[in-house]
Amino acid sequence: MNLGLRDPAWLTYAQMFGAARWQCDLRNVVVFTILFLVVAIGVGLLLALLLDRRLIGCGFFRNVFLFPYALSFIVTGVAWRWIFNPEAGVNLLFNAFGINHLLATVGAPPLKPGWITDPSVLLPINDLLGKVFPAANDLAVQIGIPVALIPVVIAASWQLSGFAMAMYIAGLSVVPHELREAARIDGANEWQVYTRVVIPQLKPVTFSLVIILGHISLKIFDLVFAMTGAGPGFATDVPGIFVFEQTFKAIRYNTGAAASIVMLVLVAIVIIPYLWRTLGRVR
Amino acid sequence: MRASSVRFFGAGMPRSIADWANLGALCFFLLVFLMPLYLMVVTGLKDASNVSLSSMWNLPTYLSGGGFSEAWKRLWPSMVNSLFMTIPATIISAVLGAVNGYVFSKCKFKGSNLLFIAFAFGMFIPYQSIIIPLVKFLQTINLYGTVLGLIAVHVVYGIPITAMLFRNFFDTLPNELIEAAKIDGATLLDALLRIMLPLAKPAFVVTGIYQFTNIWNDFLFGVTIVPNPKAQPITVALNNLSGSFSVDWNVVMAGAVIAALPTALIYIFLGKFFVRGMLAGSVKG
Repeated sequence: MNLGLRDPAWLTYAQMFGAARWQCDLRNVVVFTILFLVVAIGVGLLLALLLDRRLIGCGFFRNVFLFPYALSFIVTGVAWRWIFNPEAGVNLLFNAFGINHLLATVGAPPLKPGWITDPSVLLPINDLLGKVFPAANDLAVQIGIPVALIPVVIAASWQLSGFAMAMYIAGLSVVPHELREAARIDGANEWQVYTRVVIPQLKPVTFSLVIILGHISLKIFDLVFAMTGAGPGFATDVPGIFVFEQTFKAIRYNTGAAASIVMLVLVAIVIIPYLWRTLGRVR
Repeated sequence: MRASSVRFFGAGMPRSIADWANLGALCFFLLVFLMPLYLMVVTGLKDASNVSLSSMWNLPTYLSGGGFSEAWKRLWPSMVNSLFMTIPATIISAVLGAVNGYVFSKCKFKGSNLLFIAFAFGMFIPYQSIIIPLVKFLQTINLYGTVLGLIAVHVVYGIPITAMLFRNFFDTLPNELIEAAKIDGATLLDALLRIMLPLAKPAFVVTGIYQFTNIWNDFLFGVTIVPNPKAQPITVALNNLSGSFSVDWNVVMAGAVIAALPTALIYIFLGKFFVRGMLAGSVKG
């Protein structure tokens, strides 16, 4: 192995950041993280609140919602890859539930998304970015929401919204019932009790979830690898896959190492302040 | 009357429209969450001739072993590899975690909190970030490509989380236990072996389940540290099964069920401990 420094020393990084694939990866991981956080935390909160009324069977519902968390990302990826096969899976359900029939009666084409095979990018914002940061005009890729990434967000949320739900249930259990009673006595309706009293009390849980799920999504690898791989036109490529393929398939250790350091820095930026906050105080 | 006491006596039955809507929403999510599991099991039970894209949601038209016998035949060697990797790694890392957690909880020293934060950060380091030096190092000490190497890596990566789980547990035990033992002439090590460890059985269960699930479900270390397909863990074998070009979906889905079974059974039968480890692992200091 040649261990001499390159000239200039940051040449590997410069080449990597100039490459379209790495730009795709950074776009994908940011878009994925945002969508995944919104869906997983939103669904988790909704499930926890639905279960909070302790209706019949709530233990069973809770156990089922958390079950995917016990599975391997590979199992999840393998199963969801088939569900989002454009020739089968959910697209068949559109027929079965009569959605396509309904569309046909109003003269619209049937709903048949390409899902994980669709290379297109929704809502491109390159022009807008270019106006704010002139450097964005040099980007080699379209910045937007890659369609093929959406099924991956759904699969990841299926696996991890149960975790968000469990955290919220733990958080709800320490919101005193007296607080809600007091709000009701003061004339708040059920909606206000939740939006004004209960959910604000859950802020620390939401904060923890953003950090924990956010760092999982910055590191995401297995799920995408098993479900779509790099995807059509790198639409679902992420840094985790990039490092793996550069290092072990292309045997470009320098590029793989540079990308892995970027991953480490991203995770450290998210995690270190959090650890400092939650563990650093004198106990 | 306290709300919690009401719930046990029939208050769980829906009584208002809002309750019924609530229950309906839960049932909707139940269907969504069960859908992939249904697909895995049902497809796995179909014979190759019975699997087609257009009928993928249908139940099998006749009962048979489906893809399970073929999947079992192709996956069981890697199932054995996974067991040989996961069980020793789980036990060793739980023991290490007990010792580390004990020191962090009961033998505080100057800077121990800072050291603990550094420990905890280890839990979050992306596997990719250390994989190149790790492979180099394993090659140097001749553990590259072996199950022993995988065990060592999982034990080391488990140090932060196991230390944290045990520290949290030992924090709930009173320091007086150790003070009393010291007065009776015991060393810190005696106190650990004679007093703390026997009390720490629940922590061992929680840590054991946490580590078993994590190590069983790992993919990246398996695929990079052990290039020989005969020695790879089950997650890698499952991915290879689905990655080949002519995909027998019934075999792949049956394989997914088989690979998921050990952690799924743990979740079903030891769910309480599973959840405890999961919540503690989310760093609630």
